[in-house]
Amino acid sequence: MEFFKYTRTFNFMGKSKFALVFSIFLVLSSYVLLATKGLNYGVDFAGGTIVQVKYDTAAPIDAMREKLKSNEIFANASITEFGSPDEVVIRMKTTTGNVTVDIGDMTREALKSTGNYEIRRVDIVGPTVGAELKEKGIMSLVLAVIGILIYVAFRFEWRFAVASIIALVHDVSIALGAITLVGLDVNLDVLAALLTILGYSLNDTIIVFDRIREGVTNSKKVDLTDIVNESVTRTLARTTLTSLTTFFVVFTLFMFGGEIIHPFAFTLLVGVVIGTYSSVFVASPILIWFGFDVKNYHVKLANKAKREVEKQRMRDQYESGVM
Amino acid sequence: MKLNYRIVIFALAIIFGVFFSAPSLLQMEDGKKVTLGLDLQGGLHMLLGVKTEEATKSRIKSITASIKHFAQRKDILLDGLKFDETTVSFSLLDEDDAGQIKEFLSQIEGSNIVVNAESYSLNLTDEEIVKTEKEAISQAIETIRNRLDQFGLAEPVVARQGAEKILVQLAGIKTQEEEQRARELISRAAKLELMAVDEDRAARVYTMSQADAREYGDVILEDAKNPQIKHLVREIPILDGGMLTDANMGFNQNNKPQINFTLNAEGAEIFGDFTGRNVGKRLAVVLDGKVYSDPVINERIGGGSGQISGSYTVMEAKDLAIALRSGALLAPIYLMEKRSVGPSLGADSIRASMIALIGGFILVIIFMVIYYRMAGVIANIALVANLFIILAVMSLFGATLTLPGMAGIVLTVGMAVDANVIISERIRELVYQGKSMHKAIEDGYANAMRAILDANITTLIAAVVLYVYGTGAIKGFAITISIGILASMLTAILGTHGIYSMLENKIQKSKNNRFWFGIKG
Repeated sequence: MEFFKYTRTFNFMGKSKFALVFSIFLVLSSYVLLATKGLNYGVDFAGGTIVQVKYDTAAPIDAMREKLKSNEIFANASITEFGSPDEVVIRMKTTTGNVTVDIGDMTREALKSTGNYEIRRVDIVGPTVGAELKEKGIMSLVLAVIGILIYVAFRFEWRFAVASIIALVHDVSIALGAITLVGLDVNLDVLAALLTILGYSLNDTIIVFDRIREGVTNSKKVDLTDIVNESVTRTLARTTLTSLTTFFVVFTLFMFGGEIIHPFAFTLLVGVVIGTYSSVFVASPILIWFGFDVKNYHVKLANKAKREVEKQRMRDQYESGVM
Repeated sequence: MKLNYRIVIFALAIIFGVFFSAPSLLQMEDGKKVTLGLDLQGGLHMLLGVKTEEATKSRIKSITASIKHFAQRKDILLDGLKFDETTVSFSLLDEDDAGQIKEFLSQIEGSNIVVNAESYSLNLTDEEIVKTEKEAISQAIETIRNRLDQFGLAEPVVARQGAEKILVQLAGIKTQEEEQRARELISRAAKLELMAVDEDRAARVYTMSQADAREYGDVILEDAKNPQIKHLVREIPILDGGMLTDANMGFNQNNKPQINFTLNAEGAEIFGDFTGRNVGKRLAVVLDGKVYSDPVINERIGGGSGQISGSYTVMEAKDLAIALRSGALLAPIYLMEKRSVGPSLGADSIRASMIALIGGFILVIIFMVIYYRMAGVIANIALVANLFIILAVMSLFGATLTLPGMAGIVLTVGMAVDANVIISERIRELVYQGKSMHKAIEDGYANAMRAILDANITTLIAAVVLYVYGTGAIKGFAITISIGILASMLTAILGTHGIYSMLENKIQKSKNNRFWFGIKG
């Protein structure tokens, strides 16, 4: 079976202006969302408490709310269904420091007489730990980007590195926008998903860039746009296939992975789609706009080869005792 | 068919994978197995802080007790011996004793002594305070570890995290009651103090405030059984639990559980001296600031053993004995982070992620065969091998499989197949160009290699950062992704290449590109 048989080169770069408008629109909307609605930090980063309760029957949410009014500490508690009507999650901004009797125990105590239930999970993250996790989280995103930037610059050329980083920022921004839009709790798992998107989207970009590099080195053409179009077309089958298979697995994770894995899977789902799009329509055009000069690159390559030859000649001379 | 080094390495890798993942997959008795994270098997994860400033306070208190005891032994008369949070102070009644007391004070490590005529004051140097606080943390870790070792759970984890946090992980906690017991055992100060009842003023205890009591060098303590009952005792304890050598659960004459404890030689001497001097008075047995009993001293008690009686269950008495035996916490601990997962939720998570893993896996496998035919089958062999190797490596290193780790494996399935997609596309291209099968395979791999390497290394960079900066369950994600990527280089690149090389002649002869690569011609 073949989805794409290479017969002619598609003019992807000709469409890049539309893509640009579309991308700018998405990124800006994401920033507007982030600025107005804001990211919804979960307990991992904001500190707070999560209590997951499972009832024998449908959870009596109203009765639970009533019971939780009994104590100041439960002020601002929000109760939401979690996967099924039997199961709910209570989110609180408050935490307690006592080891023997914590806010989870207090919740258990307060909910008595609301029915037959089991407390399945208690997450308490104190404010200092939350702040620390946040700091480490931002640090990890920044470090990952820097590490990748250095690697790509080393393996390709600085313009490739900058183009791929812009594509990454584009992807992460839009993913954050989508997270904000659906009001997902941002916890450690979402951060992990964002880092995975970094890796994944870069994967895609690098496959395309590798082809461009190959095209630039081997082909006689000097027009970068032609080379890029050809490279993107030639990798189109791969891009689509891999995106599809990855999409399959992430989608099954999203559908069947259980409620706890939902935020993670959702973030990845958005990332897979955006990452695929950006490697074709964001990273590659940027390379062209940056004025990557094929002729210049050829000269550089030729010089490099010449130097190598010269070095080899010197070495040979040295070894044969001429010098 | 011909053997080549690639296929040999691949075969060895598969044998390795199957052999070492077998204990985990078949749940065999022997052999190294993958440990399930707390989020999958259920358990308790806590990050504890230590109130280190309390350690300094209690150090001051015990210095005060030792000065008092020394003075009594040597018949030195001290006036107004008292302490606050940082300082011990007293005045000397007889100037002749100055030499003796100064010598004794100078033996107290890390203290500043200020003498002003006959009044003395002592506080701890800054270095000593830092040292005391550091010790309090190490001691808390040691103590909690000792207690949990005796609690009866398999492999409790107690470790220092950062400079002053304590990580406690208890896997396999089954019930809420068990968790509660464990938390009580961990956090119990278990500070035993023997204190003298202030017989002169005891009758007025209900009309006194805590401040009044302090005026007399006393303190008001609650009764352990009934908080309404108050006891007035001397603020400076006779001795504390630091001199305890052993504690066990026993039964009293009414067959109720009690704790029997034994003191070390120094404690026994102090205890003997005190009881000898105070016959007819009461002695309060104080545990964590509550009075458990206040028996009248009938005679001098030598031998240094005693009992704590209270109304506890056998289980509580046992846990209390463990806590006392493991030593008191020098400073109280508090909760900074807690993650507790019930076993049923863990089981649900395993089930859900297994469904996702198997479902995603089957989808990918079917898709690859439909799209690439034999090439797809070969890629699938590599994919299965990859899963075995991930599991084998994790088992071998005793790595922990968490829920995000499961997600990482699912994701690896998607990414590992990518390498084969890239390779297969390259081979197809070259076949179309009419290259010989040998050339198509060799060049296909060579061309694809660069891209795959670059792509994998960048993902690896992200994974390593995640491992270094991630915590808990997220580390598990970084681990499976990293192992998965490395394993995929072995299976998806080297392994499939080996298979192609082996079948090369066959493919060349058959000329059936539809069967081998899913393309026409």
